[in-house]
Amino acid sequence: MKVGLFIPCYVNAVYPQVGVASYKLLKYLGLDVEYPVDQTCCGQPMANAGFEGSARRLADQLDEKFAGYDYVVGPSASCAVFIKGHYQELLKDKPHRCLSEDRVYDICGFLHDVVKPSSLPASFPHKVSIHNSCHGVRLLGLSSPSERNIPYFNKLRNLLSLVRGIEITEPERPDECCGFGGMFSIEEDAVSLAMGRSKVQRHMATGAEYITGADSSCLMHQEGIIRREHLPIKVIHIVEILAQGL
Amino acid sequence: MSTMHSRAAAGFLKDGSHAQWHDDTLWMVRQKRDRMSRRLPEWEHLRDAACALKMYSNSHLPELLAQFEHNATANGAVVHWARDAREYRETVLKILRDHGAHLFIKSKSMLAEECGLNPYLEENGIETVESDLGERIVQLMHVKPSHIVLPAVHIRRQEIGRLFEKEMGTEQGNCDPTYLTHAARKNLREIFKKADAAMTGANFAVASTGEMVVCTNEGNADIGTSLHKLQITAFGLDKIVPDLRSLGVFTRLLARSGTGQPITSYTTHYARPQEGGEFHIIIVDNGRSDILAKKGHEKALNCLRCGACMNTCPVYRRSGGYSYTYFIPGPIGINLGMLRDPEKYSDNVSACSLCMSCSNVCPAKVDLGEQIYLWRQDLDSLGKADKIKKAVSGALNTVMKRPAVFNTALKLAPMVNHAPRPLVYAKINTWGSGREMPRFATRSFNSLWKKGEVK
Repeated sequence: MKVGLFIPCYVNAVYPQVGVASYKLLKYLGLDVEYPVDQTCCGQPMANAGFEGSARRLADQLDEKFAGYDYVVGPSASCAVFIKGHYQELLKDKPHRCLSEDRVYDICGFLHDVVKPSSLPASFPHKVSIHNSCHGVRLLGLSSPSERNIPYFNKLRNLLSLVRGIEITEPERPDECCGFGGMFSIEEDAVSLAMGRSKVQRHMATGAEYITGADSSCLMHQEGIIRREHLPIKVIHIVEILAQGL
Repeated sequence: MSTMHSRAAAGFLKDGSHAQWHDDTLWMVRQKRDRMSRRLPEWEHLRDAACALKMYSNSHLPELLAQFEHNATANGAVVHWARDAREYRETVLKILRDHGAHLFIKSKSMLAEECGLNPYLEENGIETVESDLGERIVQLMHVKPSHIVLPAVHIRRQEIGRLFEKEMGTEQGNCDPTYLTHAARKNLREIFKKADAAMTGANFAVASTGEMVVCTNEGNADIGTSLHKLQITAFGLDKIVPDLRSLGVFTRLLARSGTGQPITSYTTHYARPQEGGEFHIIIVDNGRSDILAKKGHEKALNCLRCGACMNTCPVYRRSGGYSYTYFIPGPIGINLGMLRDPEKYSDNVSACSLCMSCSNVCPAKVDLGEQIYLWRQDLDSLGKADKIKKAVSGALNTVMKRPAVFNTALKLAPMVNHAPRPLVYAKINTWGSGREMPRFATRSFNSLWKKGEVK
């Protein structure tokens, strides 16, 4: 099983440690992992802002880059689901597609549904509050959306429960948007900040030391608020916890 | 980078405690809706059924509306057709004039709001009074509803107390909700008695029986229609449902989704005129049939007008109904505004973080968030794309389509970490207005990998 590691642009630039942890984790679990070099961006920021045309060339590049891999796995639910949900339409005029969208996974979904580890060496003796990101929850099915009348499940919680010493909580309004939303965060600056502040406050109200989740973008936005307002909570991507001790 | 919505929202948020109260109040309604929906194990099946029924009825409008007209006429009602807002307004006025009516009592109707009925009637010498409490409050304040189900949700009871002191002579400083409700009821009773005709909107029109179905909590529609021999009921043609069996699917969903009640206090079926009276039904298109031809937006016609998408929308709750430029706010309003006139209402398209909560809460499965994404793609060709956003997207694209340029950018980015603060946090950097900038890594993942340092 050959896995191509997909590293979104902002993870590459801001959170390389999340990429490193992803690689270590997949490697530890016995997978044949490669990073096709010189990746850039999946095109989501432009498309969500209303410029799908700009995303098309990037989609084409990414499609070529991952030719020949059985799975494409990346530490970002939002980027993964953009590929899954939009590439077919974006590349509808491309004569030959290299990548099949059903093989594209966010790393949490991949670990939970495909690799299914029964144990991990990780230990993290801290209280964490799960950030259920909108696209992870409502587009990718990483947990049960609070709007729906379906039995509760949370793949992030299941994965974190493999970690020794960890205490897991979820905030009140467990999957309300944090207000990042790509260019929404600058176009609707005031609303985005109001959403972000209340989200961070609800994470803090759980008594957690860390906010953790499958999307570094939501964490980046909340971290920006935490650092500006000197709030007593930190952010950490879930793979950094799962890869502890590797 | 801003829109009329984003600027108005920033204004709304300046009063922090009011904004918080607005958010909490609407979230409470969302929670009531959640509790109600979880009591029905078949909830998700009901949503599927509602969506399928709407898709069926909206694709069989000619047959169903003709069937409705036939049955309603057989029941003794008079059916009118209105192509647009003007025809609707003129039809109402003509009926009222034919009967010499001067005072008109209305229950809640978003269609009347959409078509500008009240100002038109007032201009033509017909006093029009809203009888729904929330609608009456906004009418007396000379403002518009800020929510389609809870029109006065943005107004605090202290303000209502002051309004009623002026309008109804209530005790000074008394803003007890029960007291104020009784005062409004007493005040409206007199108007109910004096009115010459009554109007209702409609939640559903049943094709197989020719009945109109009106769901209310206050009984105000029922008083009006019981007291007066002349009744006018108007509905947008998307309110048609095939039969009573399918109606049951919608009545189970509507109040649970909208206000978190198992059912509204009153669900009234109107079929026949009063003895010796007249019952006029107006079927209004006003752009609805055009929506069917809009690829990717057909499901907007599924909307039941329950308001659940507003209650769940994190942007609506934190920006209030008046931040939107269309008379219907929130996710459905963004979409209906664009369907009405994309040039005029494009300022609302920014009011969405694409969290997709609305699409999951909607009882008739309108793909609200997905449709907003589609509208964003159209803004550029409409000449309505934000210039800065377009420039940022273009610049990002220039960097991202060439890995070598991106890699150079990755190398240079850490310089921002150490750049002088006034430069980085200049006013043009909107991100930095309330957040610290992300710290760029001194070594990107790309460079770590190339040096063989990822192990």
